[in-house]
Amino acid sequence: MNHLPQAWGRPRDDVYGAYDASYLQTSGPKQATQQPIVTGTSVIAMKFNEGVVIAADNLASYGALARFTDVKRLRVFLDSSVVGFSGDVSDMQYLDRHLNELAIDEAYDLETAATKDTSKPSGKLNAANLHKYLQKVLYKRRSDFDPLWNQILVAGFDAASKPFLASVDLRGTAFTSPSLATGFGAALAQPIMRNYAATEEDAARLTREEAVNVVKDCMKVLFYRDARSLDKYSIAVVTKDGVELKENEQLERQSWAFAERIKGYGTQTV
Amino acid sequence: MAMFSQNPIMNGPSYSFNDAPKTNTPEGARQHRFDPYTDNGGSTLAIAGADFTIMAGDTRLTSGYSINSRYHPKVFKIGGTTADQKDATLVLSVVGFSADGEALKERLDTICKMYRYRHGKPMSVKACAQRLSTILYQKRFFPYYAYAILGGLDEEGKGAVYSYDPVGSYEREQCRTGGAAASLIMPFLDNQVNFKNQYEPGSGEGHALEERARRPLTRQEVEVLVKDAFDGAVERHIEVGDGLQMMVITKEGIEEILLPLKKD
Amino acid sequence: MFRNNYDNDSVTFSPQGRIFQVEYAAEAVKQGSVVVGIVSDTHAVLVGLKRNAEELSSYQKKIFRIDEHVGIAIAGLTSDARVLSQFMKTQCLAHRLHFGRDMAVFDIVNRIGSKAQINTQHYGKRPYGVGLLVAGVDATGPHLFEFQPSGMTEEMTAFSIGARSQMARTYLEKNVEAFAKCSREELIRHALKALKESLVQDRELTVENTSVGITGVVTAEDGTRTVEPFKVYDGQEVAAWLEDGMDVDP
Repeated sequence: MNHLPQAWGRPRDDVYGAYDASYLQTSGPKQATQQPIVTGTSVIAMKFNEGVVIAADNLASYGALARFTDVKRLRVFLDSSVVGFSGDVSDMQYLDRHLNELAIDEAYDLETAATKDTSKPSGKLNAANLHKYLQKVLYKRRSDFDPLWNQILVAGFDAASKPFLASVDLRGTAFTSPSLATGFGAALAQPIMRNYAATEEDAARLTREEAVNVVKDCMKVLFYRDARSLDKYSIAVVTKDGVELKENEQLERQSWAFAERIKGYGTQTV
Repeated sequence: MAMFSQNPIMNGPSYSFNDAPKTNTPEGARQHRFDPYTDNGGSTLAIAGADFTIMAGDTRLTSGYSINSRYHPKVFKIGGTTADQKDATLVLSVVGFSADGEALKERLDTICKMYRYRHGKPMSVKACAQRLSTILYQKRFFPYYAYAILGGLDEEGKGAVYSYDPVGSYEREQCRTGGAAASLIMPFLDNQVNFKNQYEPGSGEGHALEERARRPLTRQEVEVLVKDAFDGAVERHIEVGDGLQMMVITKEGIEEILLPLKKD
Repeated sequence: MFRNNYDNDSVTFSPQGRIFQVEYAAEAVKQGSVVVGIVSDTHAVLVGLKRNAEELSSYQKKIFRIDEHVGIAIAGLTSDARVLSQFMKTQCLAHRLHFGRDMAVFDIVNRIGSKAQINTQHYGKRPYGVGLLVAGVDATGPHLFEFQPSGMTEEMTAFSIGARSQMARTYLEKNVEAFAKCSREELIRHALKALKESLVQDRELTVENTSVGITGVVTAEDGTRTVEPFKVYDGQEVAAWLEDGMDVDP
């Protein structure tokens, strides 16, 4: 038996092979993030006639392990925008702290700029401004080879008070669309959402109720088919009146009847 | 992942990491580097006429087989004094990695704005072209992965197109395409704009064949040519489609035209 | 040689609690030629009196565009003003780049205020010898700010700085009630009349020595707001205002 402490409690080298020590920290150069560790799966969102609806489940996975089952991945910004995070959870929490600081600065500025006339528009940072800013942050970090490992959706309104929805990812690639989905959602949810909101005009004809139902349906599809997902999720609706965020929704009316028709793997013999 | 495992080698009591066995460490450090680039597909096209320039690009943004957005412009007005670029005189198109392309656009735009503050006039297309080359070359060892084309009118009022590679090599040309379907469109342009491989019928055999004389194309001809080029590219390249954005630069200003392309 | 023992630098208080170097800088502002600014509910206007050092020289510019939505009028050392205006331009551009919006006027003013204050608290530094009127529009409407070399900034409805500016201020005080509801043209005429008050005897406002800068919010019939970009008018562009505006009531 090997008495050295570094060998205690680990698989025997003669049976399992030595551990790949290259994973260990060395006194080498500073290492930036090379892979996400604890991750959140898809975020999905779509526009409707007077706002945006956005949803993400409450799971944070550690590889294949469902590690944290009560992690909120939607974040409200200044009561007027919602940011949804997928990807690395610690990077999400860093960005969350960063956005808190930004929101506090902005709140102080608004106090300074406050006019007596409340009917005038305020200059507060809207979703379009926030998305632009996050794009700069993520692009800067990728250019430093120290990426924030997330894909982020930003939902809210632009300067012209039109519904706004946009995405930015770990490389700083940013784009907008009437409906958006990150991760598995891009393959599973986006085609469903595009059935209802293929163009901006389509989205502008959708009612809030229709949009919420489509998004809830998509969350169900994702739970059926994405192994790193959960049936507990958060959903937020952004309108001119503010943000309605529900963080403990349960997927309803699940039906696994389709499962028995799935063939071709598992223990089936046919 | 390794950092969080229950393995005492990593989280155990006090001993040096350097004492840990490193029997099967591969040569050098383990490499799993973050790739800072992606290709977002799409194509751009620019043609210079006698007194106009047309810059065009499709509006699809892809990553892999996914369509991220059906409307994501690649063609931008540059160097106006206002946010809506109403008084801009130059147009830049970028294709490749969209985040780099947009960063490049914003830098060039800021530089053109500062130039206008200092000199009280817009930058000439020639000066801007040289400056864009410098910007690209400054990042020679971590390049902007973007194929840029700059268009405008030169000092004589003639259409001018400057094309670039990602590290700043550039030249003035009559026409150029960039991006995913460049190899599909460019030969079509050679034939239709510069009349390459076109000969006068019955003028002879082999080397005696007389080349068809070049003539400047009209704006209407070029607009049709651009649409045809993209319709062709959409058929044969999956990363091209959705919408066609065209900017027509004349001495009256810049006109923007948006046409539909196939969305499949 | 010295007026007193406490004006060698800007870090030493006098026993009376004054910082003479900063006060001297304020004197430099008073020697600059006069500028006037007024704000209404929809527009912010700056006018300035340009001076030529001698008959053969050109007239020194007084009003500068900073960004689409902001401009400044200066009184004092033009070279110091150039440093500040360059700083303001880059700040506005950077803000536009990072957030995709106009920088709020109070924000840009606070930034030059903080920058100027540093010069009043570090040994070996010199306060800016220039005062500014900053006019701009942002999401909360049009604004006018005053900036002094001490770093002091203050929002104003109408103000004037520079040589003999007291006369202009008297005019502004007399008419201040009217400004809020003034149209664009009325506002310019008020500003020019205030400017005229500050002129020495026998001097007139001419197309050579008068400068006008204006920005504002234009609300279309369907309620959409657009910004009238800040523009400086010089030479023949101001002729119409001078000809038909100076004798009639605004």
